[in-house]
Amino acid sequence: MDLMSLTALELGRKIKEGETTAVEAVEAAFAQIGKVDQTLNCYVTTDKDAALKDAEKIQKKIEAGELTGPLAGVPVAIKDNLCTEGMNTTCSSRILHNFKPTYTAEAVLNLKKAGAVILGKTNMDEFAMGSTTETSFYGPTKNPWNTEHVPGGSSGGSCAAVAAEECSYALGSDTGGSIRQPSSFCGVTGMKPTYGTVSRYGLIAYGSSLDQIGPVAKDVSDCAAILEAIASYDPKDSTSIRRKSYDFTSALTEDVKGLRIGIPRDYFGEGLNPEVKEHILEAAKTLEEKGAVLEEFDLSLVEYAIPAYYIIASAEASSNLARFDGVKYGYRAEQYEGLHNMYKKSRSEGFGPEVKRRIMLGSFVLSSGYYDAYYIKALKAKALIKQAFDRAFSKYDLILAPAAPTTAPRCGESLSDPIQMYLGDIYTVSVNLAGLPGMTVPCGRDKKGLPIGMQLISDCFQEHKIIRAAYTFEKTRTYERCPLVQTPDQKGAIKE
Amino acid sequence: MSIQYETVIGLEVHVELATKTKIFCGCSTAFGGAPNTHTCPVCTGMPGSLPVLNRQVVEYAAAVGLATNCTINQHCKFDRKNYFYPDNPQNYQISQLYEPICRNGYIEIDTASGTKKIGIHEIHMEEDAGKLIHDEWEDCSLVDFNRSGVPLIEIVSEPDMRNAEEVIAYLDKLRLIIQYLGASDCKLQEGSMRADVNLSVRPAGSDVLGTRTEMKNLNSFKAIARAIEGERERQIELLSMGRTVTQETRRWDDNKEASYAMRSKEDAQDYRYFPEPDLVPVVISDEWLASIKARQPELRTQKLIRYKKEFDIPDYDANIITSAKRMADIFEATTAICGKPKKVSNWLMVETMRLMKEHEMEADELTFSPENLAKLIQLTDEGTINSSVAKEVFTKIFLENTDPEQYVEEQGLKTVSDEGALKEVIRKVITDHPQSVADYRSGKEKALGFLVGQTMKAMKGKADPQAVNQILKGELA
Repeated sequence: MDLMSLTALELGRKIKEGETTAVEAVEAAFAQIGKVDQTLNCYVTTDKDAALKDAEKIQKKIEAGELTGPLAGVPVAIKDNLCTEGMNTTCSSRILHNFKPTYTAEAVLNLKKAGAVILGKTNMDEFAMGSTTETSFYGPTKNPWNTEHVPGGSSGGSCAAVAAEECSYALGSDTGGSIRQPSSFCGVTGMKPTYGTVSRYGLIAYGSSLDQIGPVAKDVSDCAAILEAIASYDPKDSTSIRRKSYDFTSALTEDVKGLRIGIPRDYFGEGLNPEVKEHILEAAKTLEEKGAVLEEFDLSLVEYAIPAYYIIASAEASSNLARFDGVKYGYRAEQYEGLHNMYKKSRSEGFGPEVKRRIMLGSFVLSSGYYDAYYIKALKAKALIKQAFDRAFSKYDLILAPAAPTTAPRCGESLSDPIQMYLGDIYTVSVNLAGLPGMTVPCGRDKKGLPIGMQLISDCFQEHKIIRAAYTFEKTRTYERCPLVQTPDQKGAIKE
Repeated sequence: MSIQYETVIGLEVHVELATKTKIFCGCSTAFGGAPNTHTCPVCTGMPGSLPVLNRQVVEYAAAVGLATNCTINQHCKFDRKNYFYPDNPQNYQISQLYEPICRNGYIEIDTASGTKKIGIHEIHMEEDAGKLIHDEWEDCSLVDFNRSGVPLIEIVSEPDMRNAEEVIAYLDKLRLIIQYLGASDCKLQEGSMRADVNLSVRPAGSDVLGTRTEMKNLNSFKAIARAIEGERERQIELLSMGRTVTQETRRWDDNKEASYAMRSKEDAQDYRYFPEPDLVPVVISDEWLASIKARQPELRTQKLIRYKKEFDIPDYDANIITSAKRMADIFEATTAICGKPKKVSNWLMVETMRLMKEHEMEADELTFSPENLAKLIQLTDEGTINSSVAKEVFTKIFLENTDPEQYVEEQGLKTVSDEGALKEVIRKVITDHPQSVADYRSGKEKALGFLVGQTMKAMKGKADPQAVNQILKGELA
């Protein structure tokens, strides 16, 4: 039995039914990690011994009937910006290369309560700043579909690990598309919930008002079950929202009859790769065939999303990342003279270029004299973008869009032109600015064989609509495994 | 002819609030714990930690605002003030800039020249920083985060004060209000109240403000008065020499009675304030505000009016007793037990004041219970002990909160009222001091005093001096 090819729920069921055990699942995951991770570099940290010990304990609890949830005993990979007590949490940055948190993030604690076994921490763009997982201090992650291409980012490690079957599912975080875009590039399903649904306590902040933790998995059912496990009202997070219901799995129904889906014309114009466009519109048609009502509309203000996003996210980041100063934890320069020199050298040596760029950008837009012209203006744009979505959702249940304008770019192509890279976030950042939920579902591949994802967006707290439509769509296709994992002999085809 | 200058002063007063826990986490605010023992991921700025606002901080801040006639901003927000310093674990302080909780208030102060309104520009909530300890021996600095996250309010006055007397009166009034509210103990020496003085001078009659300086490190009212005088003179001297005052922050050295510049406006930091994204706006509903209002304790002005109505004590006494909340509390509680306001007031005005002075204590350090003071008053009223014994017993009560009944019993301090025993002692005194007896009989009244004294001494003070006097007179007649 190939345990790693199963979805999280399938594996959970088999463990529950005694066909396999949590320990066997961990062994299988590490066998796969051993096989492919040197090539892919999905993980920054793994801890097999700890995982096996956890698996043993959890297995006993499952057998004793103390753990009955659908994810009990299923191995998970955690993005490396989520604090895990006693296990390195680096944000893929040199400045946190040796940081072991004293506590575990609330979302991870929720997973542990559900019986998850943590395999390790996944690679990411440094402090989640990037769209390619190439800005990591620990080297880039490769796309399992074609290792000459990036997996997307910033949750590239999590998405690639799911696609390459190095874990059963993973947690990512999404500030401007960091779950949805790499899910699209890696051919997996990923979801960013409504802001406030999953506690941010223990998520090392990038843009606090935009960050949200979410699931990355092989299919919609897994995503719904994972979201159900990680979502909670957390009094430790002031922005956490007490939702009326935390039931997401009951939305797993094959029924989109009468569901009104809006297709924003502004998202299908210039800049969208024709192949991507074709597949997305085809997916829309499939939903229409299933009974959904499609309509094109003008979302408007789309051109303001990227500047507003980069101003707000960078402003918050410049302040959030101030605590990394070499005083209390993490990297400190070896040679320095006095306090200010220590700050300067530790931060200069500890942060990579993309992080520095955003800290400088953020510091600039908050400076006196520029605050009103940039930051305040960006907040106004954010409010208007939210209003544009409000108008759209007064007419539609869902918005259907691409997750990214292209399929995964080749390694090294994006970082040379940051503006171009930022523009690639065009379809995802608005969702964060408006606090909305969004999900990426695989909907095909381009001629090169690289995956394409469709994005479904709903109004706040309407995840069940997304799940319903995504589930219905998913049922019309079969899950495509990446060539890397299909047969062992194909491993030779992977290029370093 | 030299120009006459007017001094213009505004104050920024930081007050540490008396909450049990910190402003954004559940750690204790207790003073004096071992370094870094009252800490958690939040107040040490650990990655991923998030602040959660302590409701009590809002209530105290609003209470101070209400008591100082401020408008309460029922939709206030927190902002981040960004600056790097090792005592500040996140390298930003969570404070309020754009939407502080209180605005546009005032308090009235009384000075020799009458009553004056001092405007309060705003009151905002913020977190305190940790403490740096410089280890000269090891040549390194250590950080203690116990104080990090202790709640503060900053009370910013309008530049309405003109001299040190007004400044002290303002601070005194503010301190009293806050102590009455129980929002802080406001101890300058211990840093639970800190005042920064913004001062400028201008030619008398001008209504244009001069360039101001900000003076820090003022640890007592006396230091504040000296610093104001010193800074006023320094600025006037500069101006009369045709030079200008530089806008800067200065540190007062009270030992040297001089200040020196810490940083000037040119190298002033840009704090890059922006709304704190980890906290939601603080919405103070009408109901919440009403409940804070309903719980406002009686302040001094109201107390004085009530004392006049309820208790038969002189205005002078009432003024002194209400000058500290602790004193007023003791007065009211003791009076409630014994029903003798004038006697309670006497004990507070005379003996309590004397002992406080002797032991260099503040009113809020008083530890004796109203019950014991009431018992003492009872014992003297009944004649169980005489007034000099009562003073001795009160000293015990004052220092150790001793139960006077028990103490009088144990020490055998009851007044001897047995006339027979007293007569016996008096007769012995007469026999032992024939010269004094002769002197008295020959008309020297003073000699009687000596004989009374000798009798009291023989009785170890436990006699009623009046009775002794009478019996002696009878025996000598």
